[in-house]
Amino acid sequence: MTQVLSLLQAAMVFGTVILFGAMGEILTEKSGNLNLGVPGIMYLGGIAGLAGAFWYESAVTSPVAIVGLLIALLCALAAAALGGLIYSFLTITLRANQNVTGLTLTIFGSGVANLFGGAMNKMAGGVGQISVATTSGAYRATLPFLRDVGVFSGLGFMVYLAIILAFLASYFLSKTRKGLNLRAVGENPATADAAGISVTRYKYLSTCIGAAISGLGGLYYVMDYIKGTWSTDGGIEKLGWLAVALVIFARWKPTQAIWGSYLFGALFWLFLYIPNLTRSSQELFKMLPYVVTIIVLVVVSLRKKRENQPPASLGLPYFREER
Amino acid sequence: MNHKATEPFVRITKRDEIAAWRGWLIRLTSLVLALAVCAVVIYVIVKLNPLKVYGAMWEGAFGSSKRSWVTLRDTMMMLCIGVGLAPAFKMRFWNIGAEGQILVGGIATAAVMIYCGNLMPTWALLLTSFVASCAAGALWGVVPAYFKARFKTNETLFTLMMNYVAIQLTSYCVALWENPYGSNTVGVINQQTKAGWFPPLFEQQYVLNVVLVMVLAVTMYVYLRYSKHGYEIAVVGESERTARYVGISVRRVIIRTMTISGAICGLAGFLAVSGASHTISTSTAGGRGFTAIIVAWLAKFNTFVMILIAALLVFLEKGAMQIASQYNLNDYASQMITGIILFFILGSEFFINYRLVFRGKKEAK
Repeated sequence: MTQVLSLLQAAMVFGTVILFGAMGEILTEKSGNLNLGVPGIMYLGGIAGLAGAFWYESAVTSPVAIVGLLIALLCALAAAALGGLIYSFLTITLRANQNVTGLTLTIFGSGVANLFGGAMNKMAGGVGQISVATTSGAYRATLPFLRDVGVFSGLGFMVYLAIILAFLASYFLSKTRKGLNLRAVGENPATADAAGISVTRYKYLSTCIGAAISGLGGLYYVMDYIKGTWSTDGGIEKLGWLAVALVIFARWKPTQAIWGSYLFGALFWLFLYIPNLTRSSQELFKMLPYVVTIIVLVVVSLRKKRENQPPASLGLPYFREER
Repeated sequence: MNHKATEPFVRITKRDEIAAWRGWLIRLTSLVLALAVCAVVIYVIVKLNPLKVYGAMWEGAFGSSKRSWVTLRDTMMMLCIGVGLAPAFKMRFWNIGAEGQILVGGIATAAVMIYCGNLMPTWALLLTSFVASCAAGALWGVVPAYFKARFKTNETLFTLMMNYVAIQLTSYCVALWENPYGSNTVGVINQQTKAGWFPPLFEQQYVLNVVLVMVLAVTMYVYLRYSKHGYEIAVVGESERTARYVGISVRRVIIRTMTISGAICGLAGFLAVSGASHTISTSTAGGRGFTAIIVAWLAKFNTFVMILIAALLVFLEKGAMQIASQYNLNDYASQMITGIILFFILGSEFFINYRLVFRGKKEAK
């Protein structure tokens, strides 16, 4: 029983990272932009949050947890949105190819993050490891009324923030006028344009806000998952691609992404809970989340149900004069 | 509503045709701008004269004959992957899975070197590795292609996931073959016998890499431009409906093209293991599968233009490694610089394809 609980908890922590990433990407893809820069954006969010907290904690003698938390949050949101802005400017205004621009953003983001992360590790001196204990502590604090409730003890507030955001995003997309407009832009931009919806504005806004949400995934990874440190092991990149996969798995529905992300987390950590695995067969077990995604991808394309399909103009550019 | 329609301040029109030299001028300008932006960024971070830093980069890439050869070798590796991706992308098949195809090619090569190292002469080993790596890469490419052709399964995400399956497979093999025990690396394979290594030609270690890749590049150029297959690829890429209308079997073209694309990427794994590092690890592909997509795309699938772009990117990588060790940064500086330069080059394509018309100006022609 304790094993099941600990697996569940590990799965939720892991899942929250990719849930943020996937939610942002769902919002972006609903506008018809396929942003393969999610890993890069998560990197940007993570490093900016860490840098903000690091700067704050080394500038004052007795850092206050809540201030560090807010500074890190704002830095992460701003940096990630900036990444989204670069992508938007190139693909929407300058009409560059979406896939290539996204991949470049991933290269850029991981370069920037690891460059600064490595530099900060050096600046921190000592064991060569940066640490923002106060801020990270604030992110990892359990909610007071859930302190003793089994699986919820030891989950920071961002786990719940992710769930709330998913429900909000779902409400926004399916129940509001703006959400309807956004979906129209993603399905058929020419029609949306004719109906008087500003395609460019919707694409810009949804991509930048989506990027900001994805960036929170990076922040959560840095502050909670690896406890306010930095390591240049490509961990965020791996999770970023999983977030892209989760979008498909959830069939572009934010609420479906919640349980999907926990399932991915459980599959990812499963190998730790299976007795008598050798080190090499553990590696085979770690394939599971990816194999499951492939299976889902194939099944979705086999069944061809309308509500499970990607936005119709996903990945296609829209130029009014080229209709 | 007394609303007078005014001409917008600036609007965008498509260019019909642009002289080649002007296109290159625009690209060159964007490259210079990108280097200027990078210089500012470098200055802000390390407070060093950017010109000196660029000098150090040159030193790192071409500072000695050995460094030049390594730069050349890695350029060839990048070119090989780009050549492999070109037919797939020309067909508008988003093969993001080169990374995985390289890795399985590398695994196949390493397996041949480890298990057959003492059984065969060098030429037979190389031939077997060649075939095995191509077959492995082709398999990795053809699985997503089959589902794309048959059920229209999204290939971008399928190939992406195949990368991670390949990475885990590599981790598995590394754990299986680790040497010495407990190191979690394979170490240099056949260090004493050098069985299965590329033999030096004309007393240079990497001549064989260059010859192999150049032959491939020329063949691919001819294949895409002058063969019936190449034409079919172009038609499917432009419009599947047109292809069907003229009686091209779209399914067959997709599967055939991805077999070729995967095989060449697998071959790149052979080059990496047999021709360069003589070992296998999860970083054997090292992100080059992604970078090569940009190489192929920017070159518009022209294999000769790819040489230039691949050389530029590898130069940046080598240069940044030099800066990193010289000025106490880390290697990731190269990724950042690469990213900035690619952003600029991608953006410059806009000014090649479109014109800005400002208010009040007559539209030319």
